[in-house]
Amino acid sequence: MSVRVRIPTPLRRFTANAEEVGVNAATIGAVVEELERKFPGLKERLCDEQGRVRRFVNIYINGDDIRFLNSLETSVKDGDEVSIVPAIAGG
Amino acid sequence: MAPDQPPVHGTAASGSQRCDCYTTMLDLVGRTPLIELPRLTRGIAPRVRVLAKLEGFNPGGSVKDRPAVWMLRDGLRSGALRPGKTIIDSTSGNTGIALAMAGAALGYPVELVMPANVSLERKRIVRAYGATVVFSDPLEGSDGAIRLCRERLSENPSRYFKPDQYFNPVNPQAHYESTGPEVWTATEGTVTHFVAGIGTGGTVMGTGRYLKERNAGVQVIAVEPDDPWHGLEGLKHMASSIVPGIYHENELDRKISVATDAAYEMVYQLGSEEGLVVGQSSGAALLAALQVAREIDEGVVVAIFPDFGERYLSTTFWFGWRDWRERNAARGGARARTG
Repeated sequence: MSVRVRIPTPLRRFTANAEEVGVNAATIGAVVEELERKFPGLKERLCDEQGRVRRFVNIYINGDDIRFLNSLETSVKDGDEVSIVPAIAGG
Repeated sequence: MAPDQPPVHGTAASGSQRCDCYTTMLDLVGRTPLIELPRLTRGIAPRVRVLAKLEGFNPGGSVKDRPAVWMLRDGLRSGALRPGKTIIDSTSGNTGIALAMAGAALGYPVELVMPANVSLERKRIVRAYGATVVFSDPLEGSDGAIRLCRERLSENPSRYFKPDQYFNPVNPQAHYESTGPEVWTATEGTVTHFVAGIGTGGTVMGTGRYLKERNAGVQVIAVEPDDPWHGLEGLKHMASSIVPGIYHENELDRKISVATDAAYEMVYQLGSEEGLVVGQSSGAALLAALQVAREIDEGVVVAIFPDFGERYLSTTFWFGWRDWRERNAARGGARARTG
């Protein structure tokens, strides 16, 4: 499945400043693995040592938080948009 | 209702004498209490005190009431804010709430630019005050809100009054005139270390300046996230952000970097061990304050707790937190991972 992944500003240093990247994957977990393959170091930012999504990281699929779906097991389909959303900083 | 004067040392804080009634909500800003945290400060030297200044007691619920009220009153004095103007600013949330409250109390419309992922509570609170909200791209964080606010202002400059919290010197001045004297008075001049997170930098700059004028030996310490990619809502990682014009790092004695997980653990402990539910930035401030306290044999360390925790209860910060703590404890805990 080909999905678009929107990259937040603080993580664009991993993607050569690309705001959006395309990956082929069937689940959010596979999206993360594919991102790591293309952009080494990115997975560690998204997941803890046990492979769970970090508490402060929010991953949305077409606007829905994966925590309230099937977390990393959530399925994706062609054309889906995945967004990685940071915490809010400053003032 | 705002609290009575801080009980620390049994002295009254600065500012006008408390009375039973006030003219507007704006008159309730400031004079927040300091509190000791007896359980979480166990193990520090007996001659060291750690005090948290609870800014959640401000009427808008955060430390941001101070700069908001000061900046609006300054605008009224200069004439930049006058009838017909709409107050506009970019904010990560607390300044927005403060401006919405103060704008309502003064009779001015307020338009706020916030990242779309601010907590549900924040969106609802500002709307309850009658403010209009414009959402910026959540992926661009508060810097995206800053840019969008600039665009809106440039399209219609005569319509707006922008307090400009990141660049307005009245922001730190509010803390120079209120937070600083309150800390000094409440500690009877015994404060030795002042610890505050960096959001705009206003709190640490303004309070720090005042305290150093009273005693040049006071150490002024800023707290920031240890990485551009962090979960400490309200705090800025300066090296990777638009640096606020009011922020002057050369005035600081020190910066302490804090890891997100360790600050989270601190917040959870504050709730269950001290009966104090606060926001993530308070956890970061306490973590840094405890680090300082463990390094000294004698002194009074004052940390700013910017807000209470109710306005984050809908966020993932509180979702599944017990499970997270148990897993964390099983692998050695997050406490040691400070920057």
